[in-house]
Amino acid sequence: MNIYGVIAIFNYEMARMKRTLIQSIVAPVVTTSLYFVVFGAAIGSRIQQVEGVSYGAFIVPGLVMLSLLTNSISNASFGIYFPKFSGTVYEMLSAPISAMEVVLGYVGAAATKSVILAMIILATAGVFIELEIRHPVLMLLFVFLTATSFSLFGFILGIWADNFEKLSVVPTLLITPLVFLGGSFYSTEMLPPIWQTIALMNPVLYLVSGLRWSFYEISEVNVLVSLSCIGVFTCLCLLVIAIIFRTGYRLRA
Amino acid sequence: MSSSSKNIIKIQSLNKVYGSDFEALKGVNLDIRRGEVLALLGPNGAGKTTLISAICGIVRPSSGVITVDGHDIQRNFRITRSLIGLVPQELTTDSFETVWNTVSFSRGLFGKEPCPDHIEAVLRSLSLWDKKDNMLRTLSGGMKRRVLIAKALSHEPRILFLDEPTAGVDVSLRKDMWKIVEDLKTQGVTIILTTHYIEEAEEIADRIGVINHGKLILIEEKNALMSKLGKKQLLLELTKPLDNIPSEFQNFDLVLSEDQHLLTYTFDSASESHDISEFLIKIQSHSIQYKDLRTKQSSLEEIFVTLVQEAEGDKEGVITAE
Ligand SMILES: Nc1ncnc2c1ncn2[C@@H]1O[C@H](COP(=O)(O)OP(=O)(O)OP(=O)(O)O)[C@@H](O)[C@H]1O
Ligand SMILES: [Mg+2]
Repeated sequence: MNIYGVIAIFNYEMARMKRTLIQSIVAPVVTTSLYFVVFGAAIGSRIQQVEGVSYGAFIVPGLVMLSLLTNSISNASFGIYFPKFSGTVYEMLSAPISAMEVVLGYVGAAATKSVILAMIILATAGVFIELEIRHPVLMLLFVFLTATSFSLFGFILGIWADNFEKLSVVPTLLITPLVFLGGSFYSTEMLPPIWQTIALMNPVLYLVSGLRWSFYEISEVNVLVSLSCIGVFTCLCLLVIAIIFRTGYRLRA
Repeated sequence: MSSSSKNIIKIQSLNKVYGSDFEALKGVNLDIRRGEVLALLGPNGAGKTTLISAICGIVRPSSGVITVDGHDIQRNFRITRSLIGLVPQELTTDSFETVWNTVSFSRGLFGKEPCPDHIEAVLRSLSLWDKKDNMLRTLSGGMKRRVLIAKALSHEPRILFLDEPTAGVDVSLRKDMWKIVEDLKTQGVTIILTTHYIEEAEEIADRIGVINHGKLILIEEKNALMSKLGKKQLLLELTKPLDNIPSEFQNFDLVLSEDQHLLTYTFDSASESHDISEFLIKIQSHSIQYKDLRTKQSSLEEIFVTLVQEAEGDKEGVITAE
């Protein structure tokens, strides 16, 4: 195994984050604060409690999930798209490094960054509300698995994309709506029955629900169902990546 | 298959088809010798870059076998690729990285433990040491080219591919580049370079390969090539103008200049030299006086142009025969 190669890619990707330190840290703090001011203060003053939890606390898992999904995807997709775009990918293709090691470097870095962000968001939330996490280990597991699987997904997106538009269209037009419709900021029990059924077709609902259970032991679906969903998604992404590298799809002419 | 075998790279019946029907390489067979400097020449689109990319693993061969140091490039890619350094034709660099970081990154990517001393030595040898903390986008084109060379040398390769290393490079940097190639050669590194500057091949290569339309149409020792294909000319500057060439000289390939002052005798340098003495004796016997005498050897450039034209001719021949 080319461990130095994996480390090189990992460090290189992390260095990109360090170069934009302000943007990487200040941005999530500001956005999270905005959510609390807008949702927490404005809506929270009308909705006192959701399923026995204060509204401010209720939206924390949703906020974390929103940031995990969008950041994992954009970090990983930019990470691999950029060398393709600039041409520096020649070096990776000619290096003694296997496909899975490349994935480990890129996805590892992207996932690490999103986990750090998730922690920053949690810390910011702690300023506005009193944080309560009943199952911290499970919470970390959810955060870690979600970051990993969606970084894998982002990696695939970055390889598939052949222009910048395709790169940004998936996070903004697919992921963000799914997160908002996936019960991040409300309980689906507040919806009419027909919409409750439709909401169950939204994969993001399972993620948010699982993460929320690790905080407050309240959930829309069984927490084990949520875990298996992430597991299946991770395996799917790995499979697609294996196929991509076997066929050289969009990487090797 | 011992690592001491004479050929470090063996290419057998290599084909590359881009898309569904564009044949960029057509049955290329080539053995590259350990420690040699091989220059690949050929017009734009001939397939030089494709050939290099196939050996390095950037392009997937459609068929054929490539071994590097006895190892198959697909089955044992970890071994073969760690032996190879590649300087690509295009100047591709990450604008926001520093010289030091990007070169260190390359070393890691190729699976080598960090070695600041080696990186320093490479940067110094390429006159990049005082630029080590500069961002790449602040460097000139020639410096970026050197950074790419530094990246390729960062992991101590035994084989170095230079794809048009001196395209758009000024004379002094080109001389530097030749010096670098020479130094690497003395360290035993095998070097394969492509170029459009024939004088470059003439200057630094041991062997010359010519590619055209995806085929290797010639591979030859440079010196042998020069003397085999090279025409020599003997130029006589006459004291008095000559009205016409005497008929006794009809066996000689002679041209008289317009002003009747210069007589050019073209001969094959490979054939016996008594031709020249015979010619000079004849000149003497005809009392043709000359005040100066010099010889001229055709350059690789002329050889190259002739070769490519011949190949085009062959191709046309095939087409009309169909
Ligand atoms: N990725 C690709 N897809 C399709 N065709 C390609 C691709 N890369 C190269 N070709 C074609 O293959 C042929 C050989 O290209 P190649 O880059 O190997 O030429 P070259 O000898 O390096 O030329 P130059 O001297 O211009 O660099 C060209 O006709 C080129 O258009
Ligand atoms: Mg080329």
